[in-house]
Amino acid sequence: MHPAFSVIFFTVASGAGFGLFALLYLADLLQLGGGLSRQQVSVGGAIALVLIIAGLLSSVGHLANPKNAWRAFSRWRTSWLSREGVFAVTFFPFAFGYVGLSFLDLGLEGLLLTLGALATLLAWVTVFSTSMIYACLKTIRQWNTPLVPANYLALGHYTGALILMLIANQGEVDRAPYYFLVLAFLVAAAFLKGLYYFWIGSPVAASTIHTATGFTRAQVKLFDAGHTHGTFLTQEFGFQIARRWALALRIFVFLAGFVIPFVWLVQAGPEVSGGAVVALIALLGVLAERWLFFAEARHVVNLYHGAQRC
Amino acid sequence: MRLGLVIDLDVCVGCHACAIACKQWNASGTTGPLSDYQPYGAEPSGVWFNRIRHFEVGEYPHNKTINFPMSCMHCEDAACVTVCPTGASYKRAEDGIVLVDQDKCMGCNYCSWACPYGARELDRASGTMKKCTLCVDRIYDETIPIEERQPACVLTCPAHARMFGDFDDPDSAVSRAVREREGYQLLPELGYNPTNHYLPPRKAPPIPTENLGQPGFKERLKTFANKLVKR
Repeated sequence: MHPAFSVIFFTVASGAGFGLFALLYLADLLQLGGGLSRQQVSVGGAIALVLIIAGLLSSVGHLANPKNAWRAFSRWRTSWLSREGVFAVTFFPFAFGYVGLSFLDLGLEGLLLTLGALATLLAWVTVFSTSMIYACLKTIRQWNTPLVPANYLALGHYTGALILMLIANQGEVDRAPYYFLVLAFLVAAAFLKGLYYFWIGSPVAASTIHTATGFTRAQVKLFDAGHTHGTFLTQEFGFQIARRWALALRIFVFLAGFVIPFVWLVQAGPEVSGGAVVALIALLGVLAERWLFFAEARHVVNLYHGAQRC
Repeated sequence: MRLGLVIDLDVCVGCHACAIACKQWNASGTTGPLSDYQPYGAEPSGVWFNRIRHFEVGEYPHNKTINFPMSCMHCEDAACVTVCPTGASYKRAEDGIVLVDQDKCMGCNYCSWACPYGARELDRASGTMKKCTLCVDRIYDETIPIEERQPACVLTCPAHARMFGDFDDPDSAVSRAVREREGYQLLPELGYNPTNHYLPPRKAPPIPTENLGQPGFKERLKTFANKLVKR
């Protein structure tokens, strides 16, 4: 699959934003480490909202005809893309209410926490919907797995937790629980990503050139694709990267995304300094992860352009 | 009614006439124009509803080239329709034709991701997704003679490799052809239940190329002469 940068940025940025928002709310609700100050909650919420909005705006960038984008909310009963849009938009009033009330510090604790709870639920549902856009496609075996939503949720919360740790470091709270939250999500995300790479390495019940053409009694190979230059199909689905690159990128994903942050965090301890650098390195790793997620996905239509199996 | 095509792989000669006729008719049809990019340039490309691929089946000397036209399968369980977030993609209840409303499409490519047959192509000029309409503006046109109310690809095929009809009617030509010639669907494991069916090439014994028997007198004379003459 052709990796569109706007979509990669969107899933990484809004994933981190939704993850940050959900964890911020839970930390606020459970008074983690003695409780974040109202100011910290409003700053964290604002960062989350900026990330989410930047991501959503970027997602419009890959549309060929964005003037009809408003219609994308209409098919929420069948389309995960539509559902994602609907949930993302319903998230905002609750999230703005929560962040706004935190900022104003009016002391309406009950209302504040209710709004936050609803926004957090919608944040989770939105990230899940984003991942289901990919996971529901039967045409791309590498995406059609429950590991995809698991990965999206884990990585969103991991990157969100990193930013939350930065915010917690700026105040009076006990830093240890935030630090261990990051480590827990780091380990979970790394484990799930490793599991995903293991899973896509071994093909199961794949479509082959035989089922694609119906010629099951002999070897089949593409003789001529029937066009002199590329088509929309070869541009959109024929994206191929050399195996060597894929392995190097996977190593980069694990090094930048998980190993370097892990070593840095463990070595620095809860009183971690330079957390912003760790977060940036981890985000680079996650960007590479998302790029690979698209680049490694092989669409069934490639069987009609020379692939033997998908 | 469930309208669709039957494509006879035994007689398709791979001439691409169906693709040309499709482009000609639909360029000015309900979803046209179908943009071309660099038509006379170094990298000619463009939007086509119908593409013909060529496969080699079997290994030499028992191999065979099979020409393989593909357009929209007008699937019964069309994932391209369910994933569409804008409602631009729809399947007509009355005849099963899958269409794209050009006024609603936002060009997100999601339907093309869901289609395993490569039936949808984005028109970069209009930013909308385009696909085979089964010549919906032709098959219902009462101003043309009834025998011409067929998709352009079917009308033009010089080998009569394409048939058009109603799969819900067990006595229609398409239903009978599928029944009698063991017509099949592509990628059945995905469960989209495509309406279009393909008729397999008829089985024929391979033409022998070895041990063709004793050469005749003329052949033996030639061989003898060749031995005498040094070249």
